[in-house]
Amino acid sequence: MSAATDGIPVVGNRGKVLVIGGGITGITAAIEASEAGCEVVLAEKAAYLGGRVARMNQYFPKMCPPQCGLEINLRRFKTNPLIRALTLADVEEIRGTPGDYHVTIRQHPRGVTEKCTTCGACVDVCPVERADEFNLGMGTTKAIYLPYEMAYPLRLAIDTEACLGTECGKCVTACPFDAIDLAQKDETVEVDVDAVIVATGWEPYEATQIEGLGFGTHPDIVTNVMMERMASPMGPTDGKIVKPSDGGPVRSVAFVQCAGSRDDNYLKHCSGVCCMGSLKQTRYIREQYPEAEINVFYIDLRAPGRLEDFLQAQQEDEKLHLVKGKVARIDVTDDGLLVQAEDVLSGTRVSRAADLVVLATGIVPSDTHGIRIEGNGGLATDAHGFLTRAQPSAGVLVAGCAARPTDVATCVRDATGAVMNALQFCTE
Amino acid sequence: MDRKLAVYVCKGCDIGASLDIDALKDVATSELEVELCREHECLCGAGGRELIRQDVLEGVNAPVVAACSPRLMIDAFTFDGCRTERVNLREHVVWSHEPNDEDTQMLAEDYLRMGVARARKAELPEPFHEEVDQTILVVGGGVSGMSAALGAAGAGQDVVLVEKAEELGGWMGRFKRHIPHEAPYRDPQPSNIDEQIAKVRGHQRIQVHTDTTIEKISGQPGQFDVTLHTNHGSDTTTSLRVGAIVQATGWKPYDATRLGHLGYGACPNVITNVQMEEQLASGPPKRPSDGKPARRIAFIQCAGSRDKDHLPYCSAVCCRVSIKQALTVRELDPEAEVYVLYKDIRTPGQYEDFYRRAQEDSAIFFTKAEVEGVGEAGDHNPLVRAKDTLVGEDIQLEADLVVLATGMVPAAADGEALRRLADAKAVVAKGEAGAQLEAAKETLASLSHMDGGEILNLTYRQGPDLPVLKYDFPDSHFICFPYETRRTGIYAAGCVRAPEDAMLAREDGAGAALKAIQTVRLATRGEAVHPRWGDMSYPDFNLQRCTQCKRCTEECPFGTLNEDVKGTPQLNAIRCRRCGICMGACPERIISFKDYSVDIVSSMIKAVNIPDEFDEKPRLLGLLCENDAYPALDTAGLKRIRHSANIRFIPVRCLGSINTVWIADALSRGYDGILLVGCRSGDDYQCHFIRGSELMQTRSGNIQEKLKQLALEEERVRLEQLAINEFDRLPEIINEFAAQIDEIGMNPFKGF
Repeated sequence: MSAATDGIPVVGNRGKVLVIGGGITGITAAIEASEAGCEVVLAEKAAYLGGRVARMNQYFPKMCPPQCGLEINLRRFKTNPLIRALTLADVEEIRGTPGDYHVTIRQHPRGVTEKCTTCGACVDVCPVERADEFNLGMGTTKAIYLPYEMAYPLRLAIDTEACLGTECGKCVTACPFDAIDLAQKDETVEVDVDAVIVATGWEPYEATQIEGLGFGTHPDIVTNVMMERMASPMGPTDGKIVKPSDGGPVRSVAFVQCAGSRDDNYLKHCSGVCCMGSLKQTRYIREQYPEAEINVFYIDLRAPGRLEDFLQAQQEDEKLHLVKGKVARIDVTDDGLLVQAEDVLSGTRVSRAADLVVLATGIVPSDTHGIRIEGNGGLATDAHGFLTRAQPSAGVLVAGCAARPTDVATCVRDATGAVMNALQFCTE
Repeated sequence: MDRKLAVYVCKGCDIGASLDIDALKDVATSELEVELCREHECLCGAGGRELIRQDVLEGVNAPVVAACSPRLMIDAFTFDGCRTERVNLREHVVWSHEPNDEDTQMLAEDYLRMGVARARKAELPEPFHEEVDQTILVVGGGVSGMSAALGAAGAGQDVVLVEKAEELGGWMGRFKRHIPHEAPYRDPQPSNIDEQIAKVRGHQRIQVHTDTTIEKISGQPGQFDVTLHTNHGSDTTTSLRVGAIVQATGWKPYDATRLGHLGYGACPNVITNVQMEEQLASGPPKRPSDGKPARRIAFIQCAGSRDKDHLPYCSAVCCRVSIKQALTVRELDPEAEVYVLYKDIRTPGQYEDFYRRAQEDSAIFFTKAEVEGVGEAGDHNPLVRAKDTLVGEDIQLEADLVVLATGMVPAAADGEALRRLADAKAVVAKGEAGAQLEAAKETLASLSHMDGGEILNLTYRQGPDLPVLKYDFPDSHFICFPYETRRTGIYAAGCVRAPEDAMLAREDGAGAALKAIQTVRLATRGEAVHPRWGDMSYPDFNLQRCTQCKRCTEECPFGTLNEDVKGTPQLNAIRCRRCGICMGACPERIISFKDYSVDIVSSMIKAVNIPDEFDEKPRLLGLLCENDAYPALDTAGLKRIRHSANIRFIPVRCLGSINTVWIADALSRGYDGILLVGCRSGDDYQCHFIRGSELMQTRSGNIQEKLKQLALEEERVRLEQLAINEFDRLPEIINEFAAQIDEIGMNPFKGF
């Protein structure tokens, strides 16, 4: 059999891969590729890596924080010379053929250079508040902000739309390290790679579009992604789950499964994770409110594989009611919110009061129209907007929620498998 | 090479404004006698880095950088040929304590003393170089195994593929049509397994051994010596060497003979989904009792699944398999009617379209139902009794044919149980007596059904196969690291690891093959694999002082150590994951890493200045898991959350690497309390070294015993579990512990 001891390569010996997207799928793909010997360029559109998982409080079924795995993964990023991570970067065009791609990436200004030490002096003097997009608009940050406490890169960024620019310039004066550059402009980065892994991930479905469920009409109707932020110690409420309307305690909660999912009017697909997501969130509630009444309205409870254990465990909770039935509407009354649904098993209509309603909205693939493929327009999608496995060019591979809605563990496996497929096009 | 230290104190980020920098430098130069000590306004900036680089050119090779957290600015403070020691003055001192305060200053000075103590002892690791074979062994020739083999071979690796059956293809080779794995996700797809088999057979880098099992695997990643046993009429044995292994041994259908209550065995017209698959391969389904066409077919979902008396888990594919079979039935026989009785239909993602396709067929009826049993009506017609249906009443459904959607059981071997079985056999064979014999007999009775079930036949001290987790899947248990394994260089893939469909199994095979490639690549470089990727340190055993207590070999979560006949540990360094659990386990303290050892940490503990009992300044020691608790404390600092300045923290690779001598050293040195903070243990353990946190729990029991013997209060040593995002709770824990120690009073050994 083959053997190798000498001539150990110091840098990449398996070609070069571009990863689009710096969520859990992209991070994993980048690390796995680099540890197999590839050089990697990762392009993330946000100012930090971590994507959707960075905003989650805990993963099901272990109820562990995503930051734990991210810590290990990002340590690899920090110490692996084969990986180059670009943030605030949009991939614009992929030209060429498998094994020989040329990619154009547009890098947007961060306004803060690598000299930044996160000391925070700039934040104190910034006069502008903007909606905190990391916390889904719940709360605000300054126009110069740290995306979140465990972000990578751990460096401030400027929201260029909110920033008053050089006319203000207070942050520039306050920074002891000369790390702020308000004159930064978009730059173009060109990279040559052998294969491309598209890991552009997902967005939460826009809940205001769902008729009857009242999102946007009452502050105590929230979405599942908002719930993650509310439960997180790093979130807008420091982890306290309260009624957004008055900050008061929550005595009853209703989870509306398939809110806009498996529905011909909105999303036809099942998002695959919302059942487990809501069951997980019932634990958040139970931990803070041992007496709260919780109703979960569902069509089918989807807890595949060994996740079934989690469902079984939750069924032990006597104040948790799993009701098979789709919610027709949510009424806002003087006494609070009333969830109107049909209990399919008993054939009766049920009406349940709730202090807090959580809409389990689904996963929508992120918009990838900005990525042009030479000679073909863009990336190929299926009827639901997810990227198909077969793309116009064979060396363009798709992984994670860009291809289908799925959970974190599957995304990670997917990413690893995609790297194996990418290696087929990597030349030494 | 001579060690030349130099201390660099950063004054940026509030450090200069919060501490007496001259006094701090004085500790370095006068007290610690470090020749060179410099300060700078911003060490991580170009000027600061250049300052250090110049000194490195002049011979400094052990810079001690007193600035921000070692988790940050790693590149900035990495210098060729140097081991940089980082002292966390920012997050752990000035951002979490009162500025310009005596206690804060003492804390900073102690951290500097500790950093210098480590810098004086820790060395840059040198990689462990051995000849490494690059071949990947794939065990199992189903979809996952073939995918692993093709992936690895396509990436330029040599592959040996072993399949115990005479043909490649596994279960999918016997099925004619698949669940659709691509858009538009509506109709069953023809199998392309033959194409895949031909690719495997034709690949010049893949050596295929069918009708073959593994007789023995010894060695370690990069150096696995494998003996294969091939039947083919005459038995032959093949020996070869490989570098890493993918176990893709697949699944078995759940034993339907245990489903008598669902009519299996009693009624000839009750069959399983696997039997249905075989029927559909040759035409419209027929009734086994009389060979007549089956026109009215009922599928019972979750037959023996999601059932605590059978398989408690969901096999994740049976809903889609039944939909596929229902659609196939309808296509082959437009007269047929199909009923699907389910608990929940589970068609995630775009597979909803597949479900929708079946719902559009007016002769396929889906109903939620709790099936109570299947009896027999006339003419061997199965009679299904169900309740809690969508129509709200109990029903009886007479059918021509009932298909039980049975689940998947992993085709795995429980390595640890097999080890216990072998041990028990040895006890009986030796003719032991008494309680030992009784225990052995009990083990034999409970595990004898596993006898001969070995798959990999590893010659590992901790058993011949991968350890399994819940429901016998050799899975990783980690959400973020699904390929994590407790046997380095051996990766499970496909349905042996988790119940899944063919597409996922194929992807899984590819992913596992990638991990196998990484193993041989990193082994070639002398580097560790996950989670201490790239670490070149490895444990060094001073065996002259070994007492053969076997704690290291037993406690290593990764089966790194074998034993010789006397019980002396034998290191297989490439199996090692560098957690240091062996180091924590060893009562003789003979196990060390170049940059992490009992002595190094003891020196740090002893470096702290302990005020005498009249100063009323208690001193606490904190040992923090470097992956979770340490970053949590950094985050607390970033949020400027204060905690008691009486405590000194040392990060550890894993709580399991804590040697109890450190506790003894600390107590005899005069520390008043010791706080150990690690990851959650138990069923949902978060320890990335699997057992580290749990082992510390066991050891802390022994520590409590010791405290009692010394007439010390057991509260002086506290073990806490903390998640990385609980940065708000950690300062609370620290302050509460500090308050408790204040109440208990000073350590009476102080000053002795």
